Amino acid sequence: MEALFAAVTGFLAASGLYLALRGRTFPVVVGLTLLSYAVNLFLFSTGGLTTDGAAVIQQGVSHYADPLPQALVLTAIVIGFAMTAFSVILAMRVRGDLGSDQVNDQRAEESREDKS
Amino acid sequence: MSLPLIVLLPLLGSLMPLLSSNRQRNLNALSSALLPAIALGIVIAHAPSVLAGQVLRFSLSWIPQLGLDLAFRLDGLSLLFVLLILGIGLLIILYARYYLSPEDSMPRFYSYLMLFMTSMIGIVMADNLLLLWVFWELTSLSSFLLIGYWYQQSEARRGARMALAITGMGGLAMLAGFLLIGHVVGTFDLQTVLDSRELIQADPRYLPALLLILLGAFTKSAQFPFHFWLPHAMAAPTPVSAFLHSATMVKAGVFLLARLHPALAGSQLWLYIVTLTGLVTMIYAAYFALLKYDLKGVLAFSTVSHLGLITMLFGLDSKMAVVAGLFHIINHALFKASLFMSAGIVDHEAGSRDIRKLSGLRRSMPMTAALAGLAAASMAGVPLLNGFLSKEMMLTETLETGILGGLAWLIPVLATVGSLLSAAYSLRYVRNVFFGPEAKELPKTPHEAPFMMRLPMLVMVTLCVVIGLLPALMVTGILEAAAQATLLPPRPELHLALWHGFNLPLLMSVIALAGGIGLYTVRRNLFSFQRQFTQRNALMTFEFNVRRLLGWTQLGIDRLENGSLQRYMLWLIVVVLFLTASGLLDLSQLKGSRELQPLDGLLIVGGVITILAGLGTAILHRRRLVSLMMLSVVGLMVSLAFARFSAPDLALTQLAVEVVTVILLMLALFFLPQRTPKESSGTRIVRDVLLAAGFGGIVASLNYALLTRPLESISSFFLENSVSGGGGHNVVNVILVDFRGFDTLGEITVLCIAAVGIYKLLNRLRLFMPSSDSEGRPWSRDLHPMLLATVSQTLLPLALLVSVFIFLRGHNEPGGGFIAGLVTAVALILLYIARGVDWAQERLSFQYQPIAVAGVVIAALTGLGSWFFGHNFLTSAFGHFSIPYIGEVELATAMLFDLGVYLTVVGATLMILANLGKLTTRHRPSKENEKETL
Repeated sequence: MEALFAAVTGFLAASGLYLALRGRTFPVVVGLTLLSYAVNLFLFSTGGLTTDGAAVIQQGVSHYADPLPQALVLTAIVIGFAMTAFSVILAMRVRGDLGSDQVNDQRAEESREDKS
Repeated sequence: MSLPLIVLLPLLGSLMPLLSSNRQRNLNALSSALLPAIALGIVIAHAPSVLAGQVLRFSLSWIPQLGLDLAFRLDGLSLLFVLLILGIGLLIILYARYYLSPEDSMPRFYSYLMLFMTSMIGIVMADNLLLLWVFWELTSLSSFLLIGYWYQQSEARRGARMALAITGMGGLAMLAGFLLIGHVVGTFDLQTVLDSRELIQADPRYLPALLLILLGAFTKSAQFPFHFWLPHAMAAPTPVSAFLHSATMVKAGVFLLARLHPALAGSQLWLYIVTLTGLVTMIYAAYFALLKYDLKGVLAFSTVSHLGLITMLFGLDSKMAVVAGLFHIINHALFKASLFMSAGIVDHEAGSRDIRKLSGLRRSMPMTAALAGLAAASMAGVPLLNGFLSKEMMLTETLETGILGGLAWLIPVLATVGSLLSAAYSLRYVRNVFFGPEAKELPKTPHEAPFMMRLPMLVMVTLCVVIGLLPALMVTGILEAAAQATLLPPRPELHLALWHGFNLPLLMSVIALAGGIGLYTVRRNLFSFQRQFTQRNALMTFEFNVRRLLGWTQLGIDRLENGSLQRYMLWLIVVVLFLTASGLLDLSQLKGSRELQPLDGLLIVGGVITILAGLGTAILHRRRLVSLMMLSVVGLMVSLAFARFSAPDLALTQLAVEVVTVILLMLALFFLPQRTPKESSGTRIVRDVLLAAGFGGIVASLNYALLTRPLESISSFFLENSVSGGGGHNVVNVILVDFRGFDTLGEITVLCIAAVGIYKLLNRLRLFMPSSDSEGRPWSRDLHPMLLATVSQTLLPLALLVSVFIFLRGHNEPGGGFIAGLVTAVALILLYIARGVDWAQERLSFQYQPIAVAGVVIAALTGLGSWFFGHNFLTSAFGHFSIPYIGEVELATAMLFDLGVYLTVVGATLMILANLGKLTTRHRPSKENEKETL
């Protein structure tokens, strides 16, 4: 089970990174989202994978999932949403103001071409 | 203790001149002089006990973690310098009163001067290395202000900038040296450092520390090859030059050599570096002093030369040499300040400082001529004046030294050459300016300066003569006290006298004076010899190099920061790969000792779906809508994974966030191109695939290594204390709102800020709205399907009810503010989608920004509330309440905090999504709409 979980994390991270390296805004945003899923799973797993653990404190139960990574990941999910939202809206703003959805600074590239 | 007052009074004094206006010149000067005069009185009151051999100390802890104390000391060396600084400083105040013209702002001048005086006194009285350094850099800064006082002149600005760059850089090197010394000794306390000579010199860090500290001292004292800033600092008003280049600023470097002499001197390294640097500087600068046409230029180079002399004396391996160096510090301060003042008077009354134009001024200003003549004679080393005495001591000591072995004779010979040059330029200064035929074509008709302007010169030249005649009476006491602070016992006995009999040093002195006169008479040959060299302007060279450095830096920045996100990502990932891979290489094997858990069919299916959906998102990314659908599958599967591994809170949150994320991205996609064009080259794709595969492999390996290793967690603390300490059974929620409440407060603040940022980004955003999809099909005409509208309206109260339920039970059952907030937001968003913005706007006519902000404020106030009960920030209190129909509820103040979280999440999410949705309608965010709703 551990191997499968690790493989899922790895594949998600790889797909996310590949997208983040693209040259257009939308795939980059999607890639970052995918990457944040991988990171969340990774963080979550640092507490160990608990099957059938109790979610809340109960009398006479000692099998609990580790609550600390859960608390961390919970806020990470919400913040991750904020980040995705910010970057995608930034991408829209860039398209609105500069007319392009490329992630590289077009003006810098033009000036480099002028020089050479 | 009144020791800190000696530093503090001049500091307060820097405010005094600002109280009176520029026109009240006498009041200005008097108010500036008042506090330093009191400080001088305090120093004199302490003098007897210091001269008797006492070391007065004062210490106040400042930043103990850094070893920085506000510690001052007054020993013989400090006393000598403080007397010079305050004494000459007061004379400079008087002189400047008559020197500055009515156009110059006098309060500003005096204020800078006092600031500089304070930092100088701080250096010589500091009893802590770090404190010494603080004052050291303060002198660099305040001298920058003084040199650049006439900031209208480009020369002044550039000269000030160069002085700051050179001395400031030296100061930083010195700080590094001090830190090394501090690490060796274990403290920055000056006395302990001075007592740890053996410890310091046996340490391998002695070499770098010494070099760094000497760099600081040499840049400040303008030693070769860092001498070039000093002549350009002459752009300052003459009173500043007279102060900076006689008693202060440049003397700080040689002071440091004397101050740290007990700890650092005595090694071969010190002997050679310090002696030879001093010697080279002395001769090099003396030669150029002879060639300058500007009066202040002559004095500037002669200052550099005499500082070289003092540096050399501190380097030599005899104790008497150090005493001679201390003596020459006094003498040089007196005659050099007088000479600068004379140059200022000539400039002021004749209108020129050019030696070629000036001549015969003794007729029009006889008093100034006499005083300048005496001061120059002292500089030349003419008997009966103080300069002669210290020069004789210097020559005597050069004969004694064992440095350079068989070539030891070089030192006295070169020292004689230096004295010879000194005599020649002193003679030139007096003869050319004050003697000879009367000058014509001067800008002003020269006349004698007012008496009060000459008074400071008179005082100092009188001292020169009296010390020259009665050295034993005048300076033996202070020199012995200063030597006591500078030298380790046994200390040499001092026999200052005018006449030591016929001996070798006397002969060398005679040679120097006679040779100086001889060289002066043939100086024209020297000038024509010098003309064959191209003149180099140090300022131009310096600025050229600075510009070149800036050019290189810019080139480096352009390379690194070329505006390509792909490049930045690449660097980031390569670094991460390198760091994590090196960590993994250290493991003996990937799999740890923990027992593996069994797999079942459901898990395999789930895992495979997630992997395929993840890969699909990447592979199909050019068809953006499909890619987005794949992404939502991944999100859903992650949510299921959380549920499977006993994390219901996470599963709920992930599910709700997944919904809003997909809505958000779909809305965004409406405004962005539907497809990604094929751009990446084949090699680029191969490179990225390899990078991604490497990254994924490392993440997976790391995760596997982590999962198969035994776990030590601090979570048991939270499990044990959740009910008793936080009053809740849902540990995750208790952690969020109680144990780690401060983190959560930070996080909702970030969420709120992100939402506000997005709101501003959307403001006045103009985007092309496609009328059809990428295949050219028009959008559906049924904007608000009946089914969806009915269902969403029916669902709304239900969803709100559920969110309240989730919120209330959150402390004890899965749920809480985050999840409840997301559920509410999703329900409202559904309404927008189903009914359209117009319909929803009528019914939800409030702004979301205040809601989000109110959430953060409530959460913060809840935290602050606990202060009123004497608890730490965000301490929660709780009790049990029974609410009809809902049952037993534990109401904790944490719930109030959770309410803040809830409101922030609702407000922020809707602020983002609703405003993005409104872009297509007349309710779009803009300045006008903002005003309407406010």
